[in-house]
Amino acid sequence: MSTENTFMGYRRENGRVGVRNYVAILPLDDISNAACEAVANNIQGTIALPHAYGRLQFGEDLELHFRTMIGTGANPNVAACVVIGIEPGWTQQVADGIAATGKPVAGFAIEKHGDIATIASASRQAKEFVHWATERQREECDIAELWISTKCGESDTTSGIGSNPTVGNMYDKLIPKGICGVFGETSELTGAEHLCKMRAANPEIGEKFMQTFQAYQDDVIEAHKTTDLSDSQPTKGNIEGGLSTIEEKAFGNLEKIGKQVSFIDVLGPAEEPAKGPGLYFMDSSSAAAECVTLMAAGGFVVHAFPTGQGNIIGNPVLPVIKLTANPRTMRTMSEHIDVDVTGILTRELTLDQAGDKLIDMIVKTACGRMTAAEALGHKEFVMTKLYRSA
Amino acid sequence: MTVPQLTVPQLLVHDKRDNVGVVVVENLKAGDEMLCVVTEDNSDFTLASRQDVPIGHKVALVDLDEGDTIIKYGEDIGRVVAPVAIGEHVHVHNLKTKRW
Repeated sequence: MSTENTFMGYRRENGRVGVRNYVAILPLDDISNAACEAVANNIQGTIALPHAYGRLQFGEDLELHFRTMIGTGANPNVAACVVIGIEPGWTQQVADGIAATGKPVAGFAIEKHGDIATIASASRQAKEFVHWATERQREECDIAELWISTKCGESDTTSGIGSNPTVGNMYDKLIPKGICGVFGETSELTGAEHLCKMRAANPEIGEKFMQTFQAYQDDVIEAHKTTDLSDSQPTKGNIEGGLSTIEEKAFGNLEKIGKQVSFIDVLGPAEEPAKGPGLYFMDSSSAAAECVTLMAAGGFVVHAFPTGQGNIIGNPVLPVIKLTANPRTMRTMSEHIDVDVTGILTRELTLDQAGDKLIDMIVKTACGRMTAAEALGHKEFVMTKLYRSA
Repeated sequence: MTVPQLTVPQLLVHDKRDNVGVVVVENLKAGDEMLCVVTEDNSDFTLASRQDVPIGHKVALVDLDEGDTIIKYGEDIGRVVAPVAIGEHVHVHNLKTKRW
């Protein structure tokens, strides 16, 4: 049993604890990416978060855009944030949303100034934020203050045997200590939705999950499919790794939530947990970068990412810890893997030992160890878009 | 016939009800005798593979007919669309989803 009960983190103004200390340069919209990247180039210690959207979105899709923008800036791994948008209205709306956490935020609009003057002003502000952020000190925090998300990728059958149950073992040990956890991948529970429903804390939450699951089937899959999805879900990589059907993939996927804990609420995409410590389900795409970006926007600060065939994803604000049980992946792609659990396949490593290994790596990562994805420069920030813009 | 000394399993089975197991070693060849372990209760048995099967891919534990259900994790993971003999490779050529 892992005995680590504390880690060294950054306590933020709203009481949440971060494990990284970024000054984020956040574009409100696609056309402000260039200015953000210029600021990040001017000022060391900042990170630009370019993305593809933010113009002429409306309704539920626009709400998700704002929630993702604000949630990313509000993430405790971000110490301070500069927001740059084409016009001041929405720019200020996002800046104000992030400022509600109490952290330093400044918004800049490009219209009436142009890129060059905006970049100059935003760079001066970003430099002040870097000085301020780098004066923050890590302090000892209870492990209960970690919010740990999970999503798997390029799964194969070894995921269902080894790396996913390792994550489940971690949740079985850490949820009772008071952490927040989250899993998602709505369409990837197809075939196992009945088991997932049974893992809800009460029948009302179970019903809420089934409504969310069915809405994804009806509004996303059934509304747009042209075939039975056999070339998309499972993916070509999943099939290469031996997964034959979505049902098989779904049962493996569900191994990530362990044996003992129940989920206490169903979150919308990028929604922050509001019912206190426990495990949550988040309605989300099963595409790795989209899902992890939504979880980061929901406020999660460390991510456990089991892979079979070797998904290489990272995220700019959320450290992504990779684990695999596949010895071929470990041999051919070891630079991407933080935790080797191949011993589960040879029966030399128990799930209990594997779970402790993962917890050790989570604590090390929370204390500042860079993950493989961080060291390799993976910063996949991918917004979820619900439908075409107006 | 010589019985190889088997300690590390070649095939893992999640649940006693399963009719397939997963190859967990590389370079498994047709005719190889596999030590098969059921992870649910650590019980074991042996089975010969009838084909070269890559790591991570499934092998039938019983003879299967078209229309049969494949059980893994003790659960329904799809339907058999071409007959499969015990020890043969089970994958997208003989197993299809019941969904979508």
